[in-house]
Amino acid sequence: MADQEQFSELAMEYMSALYTAALRMTRNPADAEDLVQETYLKAYRAFGSFQSGTNLKAWLYRILTNTYINTYRAKKRRPEIADVEDVEDLYLYHHLAGDPSAGLGRSAEDEALDRFTDTDVKAAIESLPDAFRIAVLLADVEGFSYKEIAEITDVPIGTVMSRIHRGRKALQKALVDVGRARGLVGASDEAR
Amino acid sequence: MASEGDGVAAAAGAPEPPAGFVGCDETIEKLYVYLDGELTEQRRIEIARHLDLCGPCVGAYGFEAELRKLIASRCHDHVPEALRARVADALREESAASAD
Repeated sequence: MADQEQFSELAMEYMSALYTAALRMTRNPADAEDLVQETYLKAYRAFGSFQSGTNLKAWLYRILTNTYINTYRAKKRRPEIADVEDVEDLYLYHHLAGDPSAGLGRSAEDEALDRFTDTDVKAAIESLPDAFRIAVLLADVEGFSYKEIAEITDVPIGTVMSRIHRGRKALQKALVDVGRARGLVGASDEAR
Repeated sequence: MASEGDGVAAAAGAPEPPAGFVGCDETIEKLYVYLDGELTEQRRIEIARHLDLCGPCVGAYGFEAELRKLIASRCHDHVPEALRARVADALREESAASAD
């Protein structure tokens, strides 16, 4: 079918992004590879129903996300709670600010941020519960709009916004924890 | 203490914004949505105007923008060549099967 011949041409360029998302979702390279392959197969079979001119990348993410939720998440149930009630706005910013008497020193926080490695950021994202992890991945790593994320994950926009908001707070808390373990965030902050 | 969200401007000695302008609390609360480009045009202008005037808030804004870039840039993984080959093979097989 002509449609499906076109598929490879159009869809292959998204493999790197899909693989990255799959790794963060499954937290495991073998499962991530299986998830990506399954996503491409499903997308290939369903390509006839894809409306050309609409957002192919979002469509592929929708298949990836649904496949992950239906297949892989069932394997190991995790509690879906992100306890962010005590995480104030600008949590990471305040924790990296160090000694407030040292003045504004805006670049000090930015420099501290630079010391977080790929491994730190990935570990922090992977520590989030599923719904929040997926929302943050789609928003902050892939840059999808709220509307696109609502379509990809099949939930109302209000829910998307709440998940992104809570997910980002949880991520900032996770980054502070990771940073503390690596000595990037002062231990004295624990007393605050 | 400058660490409380609602005391950011006061602690740094910034003047209270004039009436009708968006304050620090609201700016910080809307910061993510502003960065996401998802505010209404009116709201976006109000927040941008506050950021023009308020040093502490623009500091926080700059940090959150940097953090966003960090998250996006520190999160990429190289696709194994074997996976590319596997997917290409699977699609070829699928295509052959459907042609039969």
